[in-house]
Amino acid sequence: MTADVLVECAHITCAYDSTVAVHDAHVTLYRGDFVGIVGPSGSGKTTLLKAILGAVTPVEGHVTKKPGLRMGYVPQVESVDWNFPVTVLEVVAMTRTTGRFFPRITQDERDGAIDVLTRLGLGGLENRHIRELSGGQQQRVFVARALFHRPELLVLDEPTSGVDVRTRHEVLHLLADLHDEGMSIVLTTHDLNGLAAHLPRLVCMNTHVIADGSPLDVLNSDVLERTYGAPMEVLIHGGMPVVLDQGNTEVVRRLGGLA
Amino acid sequence: MIAAGIFEPFGYQFFNNGLIVATLAGALCGLLGVFVVLRGMSYIGHGLSHAVFGGAAASAVMQLNYFVGAGIWGVASGVIIGRIARRKLIGADAAIGVVTTASFALGLALLNRYGQAKKSIEAVLFGSVLGVETVDIIAVSAVSVLTAVIIFALYRHFLFATFDPEVAQTSGVRVALIEALLMAMLSLTILVTMRVIGTLLISALLVIPASVARMTTNSFARMLWVSPLIGAVSASLGMYLSYHLDTSASATIILVGTTMFIVVYAFTGLRGRSRIAHLHHV
Repeated sequence: MTADVLVECAHITCAYDSTVAVHDAHVTLYRGDFVGIVGPSGSGKTTLLKAILGAVTPVEGHVTKKPGLRMGYVPQVESVDWNFPVTVLEVVAMTRTTGRFFPRITQDERDGAIDVLTRLGLGGLENRHIRELSGGQQQRVFVARALFHRPELLVLDEPTSGVDVRTRHEVLHLLADLHDEGMSIVLTTHDLNGLAAHLPRLVCMNTHVIADGSPLDVLNSDVLERTYGAPMEVLIHGGMPVVLDQGNTEVVRRLGGLA
Repeated sequence: MIAAGIFEPFGYQFFNNGLIVATLAGALCGLLGVFVVLRGMSYIGHGLSHAVFGGAAASAVMQLNYFVGAGIWGVASGVIIGRIARRKLIGADAAIGVVTTASFALGLALLNRYGQAKKSIEAVLFGSVLGVETVDIIAVSAVSVLTAVIIFALYRHFLFATFDPEVAQTSGVRVALIEALLMAMLSLTILVTMRVIGTLLISALLVIPASVARMTTNSFARMLWVSPLIGAVSASLGMYLSYHLDTSASATIILVGTTMFIVVYAFTGLRGRSRIAHLHHV
């Protein structure tokens, strides 16, 4: 591993019982990367993330990490129990478990958490219950929790899943700001036009890795059809690829919506 | 005259012993109930108490010490339930249903075949303050202190593993160990409180105080002291009222808790109701 490599997944295969979720995937994450992993549901995107995090052990191949690598993980907000009795501050501070044996949040922790929250535009909301926040604020709380560790690599699972357009913009801008500050980021997404096309590097996968490169290199009809198993058309608009689902286009045409 | 009547039950040693055990049991169940309710495991208290019944019956038949026999049986049942539920092949409710009802059935069969069935079964099912001995007070006190120390010491581990087990796991929290600890503490709690509260009503003592606490606060840390307080108050008040009303102590304790639930439910308005509505399993 060179000095700039943070994580190397060397031809890994991951399986749940007898179902193979990831097959022979080789992905290397470098310092300063901003990588999107795209693919259909069940394509192994989240499993690959979990292998990177160390939550899933490959049955073949191996994952090598830079020694002492600090990672922050942001799960899908759809999996969060919003009725759970925790305040914003409690969510951010709960990750610091090492050497913390008491319920009380120390002044240092409080100051650190408020710093992170303020940076993410959540200043003054630390004592709110998590359900009382907007969609964008809720997503930011979980990014704040991940950042509280001062990670080198931020790992996000579907950060724009189930959020509205405004929240998606907020999340994208936040991640771009963090990347500009030197954070390495890897995320999964279903959102090809709203998120993936804006990233510097994409990994297209459907159990195995189909393509790995810039959006202009990998977002083409051939790769997308192999990834999603459905015909897709790609237009270049303002220097950026725009993916059109031909199946949808056909339906709209049949319904008289397109000339 | 009236004052004499008010203080009359405190003149009996059996009542004082029962009051101490019931108050500690209420606080202990209130504390663990926070995790039971927030994790959607309300059925587990019901199930584990039935499993411990099997162990109690087996230890009676084999002339083993109750705490040793029923304790091993209960903890083993809890761990087995946890393992089955973690595989996610079948739901936790089904795992509890299979393991604990089988244990209960085995206990029943053993008592039918070898024991003095009727008397033993009634005492275990409905509890009794009459049989409370010093050893019960020591046992409940020891488990209460142990549980409080573990939860206090590993507070953030328990919070993280309860709120977000997946991320907790990736952040270095040993979620399986935390869950095993929780199940072991729950089994021990049921074991030491079952003789007073009884198999059939103990699950209510695990659920009601925590549900009432949930309606009054949005803070996990605050819930951890409000719930035991509600549990202790309802248990001691229930014990006291049961003496004057000449009703079963465990039933009166549960009815006092239920009254608190209704009052708080009515007074916290829509917010409280919405919080409790999300605890769909309660």
